[in-house]
Amino acid sequence: MGSVQEVPAVWIQGACCSGCSVSVLNAVAPDIAASLLDEIVPGKHLNLRFQPTVMAGSGEPVVKILLDTPGEKKGGYVLVVEGAIPTAADGAFCAVGERDGRPIPFAEHVEKLAASALAVVALGDCAAFGGIPSTAPNPTGCVGTAKFLAGKGVKTPVINLGGCPAHPDWFLGTVAHVLLRGLPAASELDPWGRPKLFYGKLVHDSCQRRGQFDTGRFARKPGEAGCLYLLGCKGPMTYADCPERLWNGGTNWCVGSGAPCQGCAEARFFDRFGPVYEKVTDDRLAGLREDSGA
Amino acid sequence: MKTITIDPVTRIEGHLKIEAVVDGGVVKEARSSGTLFRGFEIFLRGRDPRDAARMTQRVCGVCPVGHATASALALDDAFGVADAVPDNGRIVRNLVLGSNFLQSHILHFYALAALDYVDVAAIDEAGPDEPALRQVKRFLDRGELGPFVPRHEGDFRLPAAANRGAVAHYVKALEMRRLAHEMLAIWGGRMPLQVTTVVGGVQCAPTDDKIAAFLAKLDRIRDFIRNAYLPDVLAVAGAYPDHFDFGRGVDAFLAYGCFDGVASSGPPSERRRFLPPGVIRSGRLEAVDASKIAEHVRHSWFAEDCAAAPAEGRTEPAVGKEGAYSWLKSPRYDGAPHEVGPMARTLVAYHAGAEPIKGAVDGLLAQAGLTVGKFGGVLGRHAARALEAALVADAMKGWALGLKPGEPVCAESTVPAEARGVGLTEAPRGALGHWLDVADGRIRNYQLVVPTTWNASPRDADGVPGPIEQALVGTPVRDDENPVEIVRVVRSFDPCLACAVHIVRFRRGEGRTVRVV
Repeated sequence: MGSVQEVPAVWIQGACCSGCSVSVLNAVAPDIAASLLDEIVPGKHLNLRFQPTVMAGSGEPVVKILLDTPGEKKGGYVLVVEGAIPTAADGAFCAVGERDGRPIPFAEHVEKLAASALAVVALGDCAAFGGIPSTAPNPTGCVGTAKFLAGKGVKTPVINLGGCPAHPDWFLGTVAHVLLRGLPAASELDPWGRPKLFYGKLVHDSCQRRGQFDTGRFARKPGEAGCLYLLGCKGPMTYADCPERLWNGGTNWCVGSGAPCQGCAEARFFDRFGPVYEKVTDDRLAGLREDSGA
Repeated sequence: MKTITIDPVTRIEGHLKIEAVVDGGVVKEARSSGTLFRGFEIFLRGRDPRDAARMTQRVCGVCPVGHATASALALDDAFGVADAVPDNGRIVRNLVLGSNFLQSHILHFYALAALDYVDVAAIDEAGPDEPALRQVKRFLDRGELGPFVPRHEGDFRLPAAANRGAVAHYVKALEMRRLAHEMLAIWGGRMPLQVTTVVGGVQCAPTDDKIAAFLAKLDRIRDFIRNAYLPDVLAVAGAYPDHFDFGRGVDAFLAYGCFDGVASSGPPSERRRFLPPGVIRSGRLEAVDASKIAEHVRHSWFAEDCAAAPAEGRTEPAVGKEGAYSWLKSPRYDGAPHEVGPMARTLVAYHAGAEPIKGAVDGLLAQAGLTVGKFGGVLGRHAARALEAALVADAMKGWALGLKPGEPVCAESTVPAEARGVGLTEAPRGALGHWLDVADGRIRNYQLVVPTTWNASPRDADGVPGPIEQALVGTPVRDDENPVEIVRVVRSFDPCLACAVHIVRFRRGEGRTVRVV
């Protein structure tokens, strides 16, 4: 058994809904039992030292893992961030654990853990771009991980996995890529720091209703056949491989169930794209070209 | 006298801290605090009301469907289409909510609660026909045991054979809860954060191939619930009989009910819900009167005039307010704390004589050698949850067969300029209400009163502690260093702290962290 290399990973949750944790539980190949217990690629096991939703322990003993990992495994572990980082009020809106009777802000954990990590995976829209809690008026000053770390002068590479939630394959596929070939080159990431492997194409380009868009057959109310553009579909401005990859083990995807794409793989989608069930107006469309959203 | 602080409490949704004062090996007093604030009610304001059914799902990735359902019911009410939701829309909403009940209940017992009772590390051999145990054994042999250590040690009482079975089911449960999400995604597009539930009904068009695929997945989950989940809960019950006694709490229960049997604009009682609404006080069943719900703030860091019925709710922080110790408000029904969740739903259905629930409860009580009066505490909650999973799974088969391909799925509606709406339903972990106020076609006010707010609330205006606080009092703690009994009580409520937070701030300089409802 000595031939299996243990790759340490620490998964922390900030301003999130745990939806990305739940989404990764939905992984099919490798499934989550294999990911937790077995080799995720031959000869490598992802050793999740800290994962709040599944870990056995509670309280001080597990906080110790967060505090000790940067020293014990310097430069040799992967940090997974789920949720945005609240920066208002000195990070007081989210705390994980205590030290000397004082709450430790989530922001402090992110900074210290990221500084000594091999790489950071910002899992989901909140961790990547600020996501839901950063929607206007962003009452807690939430930001994404890369922006936060840049402000702190931490240079560790960050891989952004947009999505609300992120697809389990986007996460495990990224982990597999890092374990098999090392960190992605800059040319493998898009301008928003997302792997082109998953975010390289517009939803609209491989949508199964694209033919109906091209021939002007549009659904006018829920449940109708036809392209969902008039019902608010954000597929024409969203980069993600949902139409080809599908969700939940290939069961379905949003447009497949008759619902317009919400654009959830993109930064700040609720604010930038306007109401979910309204067609994106031309002025907003023009603005999107200028706004990287990150 | 010693104060035990557990921060973070893991294997729940969200960030939770528990403080318990222990004297003579028994908890005398307890406080629960959350440690994250995002501010949903603030950033919902000014948005298109229809977006609430999508945005409020992001309150919680474990129970997003409950929020989508409550939101859609509030929107139906406000948009004037509650009577017009077509049967297909009503049924798909039930199937989507029910599928997530199964996912959530299986996840809760195995992934979240079981490690307090089941000893994964005790697996010392695995046979050729035990692939799950072989996987666990290989993992144990490598010696790097994250995320299963560190843990609270001791008090693993299951007989070796039952423990082996439960460990195998722990692995199998990961597949079963995934299957429940796949079943849901047939209608919901994807999960978590499904996309089908909207004002007026749903967006997906049912077809016979989808119904067949749904039923095939459902059958596998029903089999797991009947032959693994329920027997495992009974095995734990046999090994931990004292756990029916401690962690009992307030002995008053509230359920709004869910799974509408007919489309209706009336109150939940007129919707013929499979899990009926009701209130139990002093052992007697009463009808729910939503006007009796109010939120107290005496011991919360909010201005005193924030105490109100939810529709009039306001959230104005009052940092450092004297006598306050929590950012959770205290929802009360007719002035008293009430427990919500599977235990509440099961007891309400039992006292209402609702079948098939009453008969199933009687059967389970006979198997466990209990009377309904003894059915409570830590294990009562786990047993009620497992039984509910079995009953909902059985019922969903009939619901799915009631779908009519080709018939409408959604009532048409337009965004009203001015309107109010209320949506009362159940999340897997208890009664969930959304209150919506629309002005100029935009959200003016949106208030959520969620299950964990009821269960984890602080003391109210009369100084009466909330359900979890009361449940912890009297809990035996054998070892201060391994307070496993405390986390067992807390986890039996299946707390969801992301849901419970409306507003949260820090009490600066005092080292106390809190989340609010």
